[in-house]
Amino acid sequence: MGLTWMAWTWQTATFFGVIALLLVAMTVWEFASPGGAPRRGVLGIETTRGDRLFISLLGSAFIHLAWLGLVGPDLWWALGLSLIYAVAVFRWV
Amino acid sequence: MDKTWNNRAWFMVLPVLALVAFNAIIPLMTVVNYSVQETFGDNVFFFEGVIWFQQVLNSDRFHAALGRQLTFTFTILAIEIPLGVAIALAMPRRGFWVSVCLVLMALPLLIPWNVVGAIWNIFSLPDIGLLGRVLNSFTHYNYTREPGDAWFTLILMDVWHWTSLVVLLAYAGLQSIPDAFYQAAKIDGASPWAVFRYIQLPKMKRVLIIAVLLRFMDSFMIYTEPAVLTGGGPGNATTLLSIDLVKIALGQFDLGPAAAMSIIYFLIVLLLSWIFYTVMMRGEGQQ
Amino acid sequence: MRRLGWLIPALYILFLMVPIYWLLNMSFKTTNEILGGFTLWPRNFTLASYREILTNPVWYNGYINSIIYVTVNTLISVAAALPAAYAFSRYRFLGDKHLFFWLLTNRMAPPAVFALPFFQLYSAIGLFDTHIAVALAHCLFNIPLAVWILEGFMSGVPKEVDETAYIDGYSFPRFFVKIFMPLIASGIGVAAFFCFMFSWVELLLAKTLTSVEAKPIAAIMTRTASASGYELGLLAAAGALTIVPGAVVIYFVRNYIAKGFALGRV
Repeated sequence: MGLTWMAWTWQTATFFGVIALLLVAMTVWEFASPGGAPRRGVLGIETTRGDRLFISLLGSAFIHLAWLGLVGPDLWWALGLSLIYAVAVFRWV
Repeated sequence: MDKTWNNRAWFMVLPVLALVAFNAIIPLMTVVNYSVQETFGDNVFFFEGVIWFQQVLNSDRFHAALGRQLTFTFTILAIEIPLGVAIALAMPRRGFWVSVCLVLMALPLLIPWNVVGAIWNIFSLPDIGLLGRVLNSFTHYNYTREPGDAWFTLILMDVWHWTSLVVLLAYAGLQSIPDAFYQAAKIDGASPWAVFRYIQLPKMKRVLIIAVLLRFMDSFMIYTEPAVLTGGGPGNATTLLSIDLVKIALGQFDLGPAAAMSIIYFLIVLLLSWIFYTVMMRGEGQQ
Repeated sequence: MRRLGWLIPALYILFLMVPIYWLLNMSFKTTNEILGGFTLWPRNFTLASYREILTNPVWYNGYINSIIYVTVNTLISVAAALPAAYAFSRYRFLGDKHLFFWLLTNRMAPPAVFALPFFQLYSAIGLFDTHIAVALAHCLFNIPLAVWILEGFMSGVPKEVDETAYIDGYSFPRFFVKIFMPLIASGIGVAAFFCFMFSWVELLLAKTLTSVEAKPIAAIMTRTASASGYELGLLAAAGALTIVPGAVVIYFVRNYIAKGFALGRV
C-alpha cells in the first residue's frame, strides 16, 4: 500500500508537522503546570489554554482566508497578523 | 458529579480514538494535500499554492451556494425546533398512545436518504403525484420548473424527514419531569405559559442543545435528499453547498478547487458549531 | 385547549403518513397505471414488483449487504464507545474536553469530498467492496454519537455504585459487565438504535466504498432507476421494503426511546 495517493507535498507536511508539534508542546506545558490555567477573559466564557490554542488556530484560519479573499496571495502578512492575534488571545481571552 | 483526575482513562478512549482518527485524519490530510495541487489523474500532482482558495473565495458561484445553504439551514431550524417542541408538549404522557405516536413518528428517520428523496420526487410530481396534483388544483405548481416551488418542496421534505428527531428528544426531556413539579405548579395556580417557561423549558434545555446542534450540522451537510429530489435545479436554484461540491469534484473532476472549497466549508461549519456549542453550554458550568 | 391537544400530534402523524401511503400505493400498481393517470388507490392491484425484488438476487442481495454492514457497524460502534463513554463520565484527563469536541467535529465533515480519499484509503488497505469497509467508514459519525449518548446515561448512575463494587472486591471488567452494563441497558439500546439508523440511511459513503460484492440496496435502487428507464413501480416497492428493517427495530426499542432518554443526563 503506497502513499502516493495521499499526494504529500513538503508544504502541507510542514503544516501538519507544526500542528503536531503544537499539540506535543501543549501536553508538555500541561505536565509542567497542570490544570490548564482556566480563567474568564474578554469573551465572558471560561477558557483553558487548550481552548485558547483552538481559538487562535481557528481564528488564524479565517484571517488567512480573509486576507486571500480581500487582499491577495501574499500570505506572510496574514501569518504575521495571525501571530499577533494568537498572542492577544493567549493574553486576554 | 465530581470527577477524579486520572490520565490512565486515556487507555479506555484509545479504541475510539484509533477508529475515528483512521477515518477522519487520513482523509482530512489528503483533502488538504489536494487543495494545494493540480491533477490530471494517475496520481500525478503539480503544486499550485493557494490559488484554488483564492479562486473559490472570489467566485460568485461559491457565494451563491453558501447563501442558499445558510438560507436553507436557518429556515428549517426556525420551523423544525418550535414545531418539534410544540408536538412534544401536546403528546400524551403515558399509556398506549405513547408507543403508537413514537413508532409512527420515528418512521421517516429510518428511511434511507435517497429513498426519502425518491418518495418526495414522485409524491410532488405535478401530473401523477398526490401533492403536485392537489396543489395544482389551487394554484400553479411545478417544482421542476419554478424555483419557488422547488424550495417549498425541499423545505417541506426536510420538515417531514427531521422534525421527528426534535420531537423525540424534546419528549424525552419532558418525560424526565417528576409529576410533583406539575402538582406544585397547579397549587400555585401557575399559567400554562409559566409552567412551560419555568418547568418544561429548563428541563428540555440540554436535549434542545443536542437537537439544535444535530439539526444544524446535518442540514449544513445535506446532500442525498436534495440531489435526488431536484438535483440542484431548476437551474441552480436549489444547489446547496455539498451539491455544488460534488458537481465540481466528480462532475468536472476538479479535485483541487473542490478540496479547497470543502476545507472552507468545513471551517465555516466548525466555527458556527463551536459558537453554538459554547453559547449553549455556557450555563452548564454554573449549575 | 387541553381537550383538543391530541389534534396536534394526530395531524402531524397524518402529514408523515401521506407520502408513505403514496409510496405503498405506487408499489402495488403496474408501471402503466402509474404513468397512465392519477389514481388514489391501485385499480389493478399487483404484487409483481415485490415478487421481482424478492426473487431476483441482484435486488435481495442488496438488502442482505446493507443489513450485514449495518449490524457490524452497530456492534463496533457500541463496543468501542462503552469504555470511552465511561472514561468521559467518570474521569478528568489530559485534553478530555477537547477530545470530546474533536469527536463531535467528525459529524460536521461534509462527506461529499471525503468520498474520494475514502475510496483510495480503503483500496490501499485492500478492503474495497467489503462489508467491513462500510462498517468501519460509518464509525466516523456513529462512534461520536454513541459516545455522546452513552456518556449522558452513565453520568446518571451515581459514582457510589462503582465504589461499592470495588470495595466488594469486583475487578473492573467484572464490575463493568455484571453491574454497570445492566444499569445502563436502556442507554445501550438507544445508542444502538441511533447507530443502526444512521448507518442504514447513509448512502454516499456506502456507495463509494462498494461495487458488486457489498453493494447496499439504496445504491442498487439508483442504478436500476437509471439503467432501465423509469420503473416507478419497482422503485416504489424497493423503497417500501427499505422501511421495514427500521420499523422492526423501532418497534423493539419503543419503550427505551421514551424512558431511555429520560434516564440519561437530559
